[in-house]
Amino acid sequence: MRYAVQRLLQAVPVFVATTFLIYAMVWALPGDPILALAGDKPLPENVLQALREHYHLNDPLIVQYGLYMAGVFLRGDLGETFTGQPVSELLADRWSITAQLAVTAWVFELVVGIGLGVLAALRRGRLADTAVLAGTTFVIAVPVFVVGYTAQIVLGLNLGLFPTAGTDEGWPGSYLLPGMVLGSFGLAYVARLTRTSVVENLRADYVRTATAKGMRRSRVIGRHTLRNSLIPMVTYLGVDFGNLMAGAVVTEGIFNLPGIGQQVFQSIQLQEGPVVVGVTTLLVMIFILANLLVDLLYGVLDPRIRRG
Amino acid sequence: MVDLKAAVESAAPEPETSRQVRGSLWHDAWLELRGRVLFWISVAILLVACAMAAFPSLFARFGPNEQCNLRMSKKGPGAGALFGYDLQGCDYWSQIVHGTRASVLIGVAVTVFALLIAIVLGLLGGYYGGTLDAIIARVTDVFFGIPFVLGATVVLVAFPGHGIWAMTSVLVLLGWTTMTRLMRGQVIAVRDADYVQAARALGAGDLRIMVRHILPNSLAPVFVVAMLNVGNVISGEATLDYLGVGLQYPQVSWGLQLNVAQSFFAAYPHLLVFPAMFLTATVLSFLLLGDVVRDALDPKLR
Repeated sequence: MRYAVQRLLQAVPVFVATTFLIYAMVWALPGDPILALAGDKPLPENVLQALREHYHLNDPLIVQYGLYMAGVFLRGDLGETFTGQPVSELLADRWSITAQLAVTAWVFELVVGIGLGVLAALRRGRLADTAVLAGTTFVIAVPVFVVGYTAQIVLGLNLGLFPTAGTDEGWPGSYLLPGMVLGSFGLAYVARLTRTSVVENLRADYVRTATAKGMRRSRVIGRHTLRNSLIPMVTYLGVDFGNLMAGAVVTEGIFNLPGIGQQVFQSIQLQEGPVVVGVTTLLVMIFILANLLVDLLYGVLDPRIRRG
Repeated sequence: MVDLKAAVESAAPEPETSRQVRGSLWHDAWLELRGRVLFWISVAILLVACAMAAFPSLFARFGPNEQCNLRMSKKGPGAGALFGYDLQGCDYWSQIVHGTRASVLIGVAVTVFALLIAIVLGLLGGYYGGTLDAIIARVTDVFFGIPFVLGATVVLVAFPGHGIWAMTSVLVLLGWTTMTRLMRGQVIAVRDADYVQAARALGAGDLRIMVRHILPNSLAPVFVVAMLNVGNVISGEATLDYLGVGLQYPQVSWGLQLNVAQSFFAAYPHLLVFPAMFLTATVLSFLLLGDVVRDALDPKLR
């Protein structure tokens, strides 16, 4: 319990500092959003002033940030765009698309990654192991957008196995291929981590003891080895869920999925500060929360951490 | 380029000068590496990539964006142009060769700076502990929490008109945390070792203990991660170029070529395939080099 509270208290300043940094960076974007809003016709000076007041643009940055965070936590209000639309409303439709994409990718990583890792570890030094090692290194080396375009052309266009773009078929049809592309990088890491971890644990004394007691191999692997080997995976998969949300920027662009990633990328280029701040704040929250959960879970799974 | 040389040479001459002991960790690693085929393949590819980055005119027929003919736009490989032509009708082979410099330079520079930050902060935080360590750890957490693509995009859009060095700074800013965490952990692991106590008992100062005793014994895993990191940085830089927020025309880079290719790749696959091939080969070589060096440095695997 003391560990949990301590960990929670550490997360608070990190959250404040990270979001403030992002807030400050976004407001350093060039151009005056109020003038951009006005378009070609110049606005009268008093309207400009009133708008600046309304969006708190005349206050110092730290005050703006404080007001914004108060809004987020007290009212669940992510601010509004300069055209008056609430950011949360803008994101409401898009949110589920990114979440479905990220969950698809995450499950793919988890199942296939751990499966390949265990397979490679049990067949260490043989063909299957070499194939998994070579394949995962290759996947890590190819940039995600090249994987995306190649998969889209070969599996989508030429072979017709998956829809090439859009969300017409809903889940899972439209999300399988983008999910696999998004998850491919993480999958390679999970497979390699699992392999290393299982290989190390197979040499551990308790595995030798279990085998010596005459336990069946499947039970030795399933009950003893895997249980201990998967602890490091919890860390990676937790942290990676946050990464997947952010990595969706590229994948959503390739497969034309109208999710958060596409929205935030457009907003950065159009210099729509409120949307960028809103989304990144949410992402950082998810990321820090995932990290926190992982650390707590880690403490439960491995008592040495908690008492250390 | 610097890093590559270091990667190849540090294995051999460094132990002789610093410790005069045969059979040190790095010397053993070198003996092991000498016999690995993968090691020599990746070193060979990286030497070619570095040569292309340093002296592109030795490989390319034309200078960057030179001798372009719009009538040849997007023509596939054929006589006179091994790799075909790009959108502007420039010889694609020459363009790709000139694109090497941005990737290799940024990858190596970012990693060298990030490694220096990691060594300094890791040593200070891990060795002294206490408040200093807590502050360093929290600052690391803050930067670790910024999503890479989004964070880089925001900074790069905020400061337009950036070149290779601005890209390097942004990537260092977002990429120094992993190695710093690892370095700190390594330093803590060896901080209380007997040889450190012995050095202290003999009256060695903090600086001497850190540089001469702790650093050489904690660097190996960080060094391996640094090598893998070069590959990841090159890949990340290409992603930013591809998204259109990284380097801009008239600069030449693989990421930019892939950015152009995205609209035409279905009809003109060579636009996508060739830069992707060069990019993948370079990234892969850094990753493989990191992998074989890690295996060679890990005594548990012998």
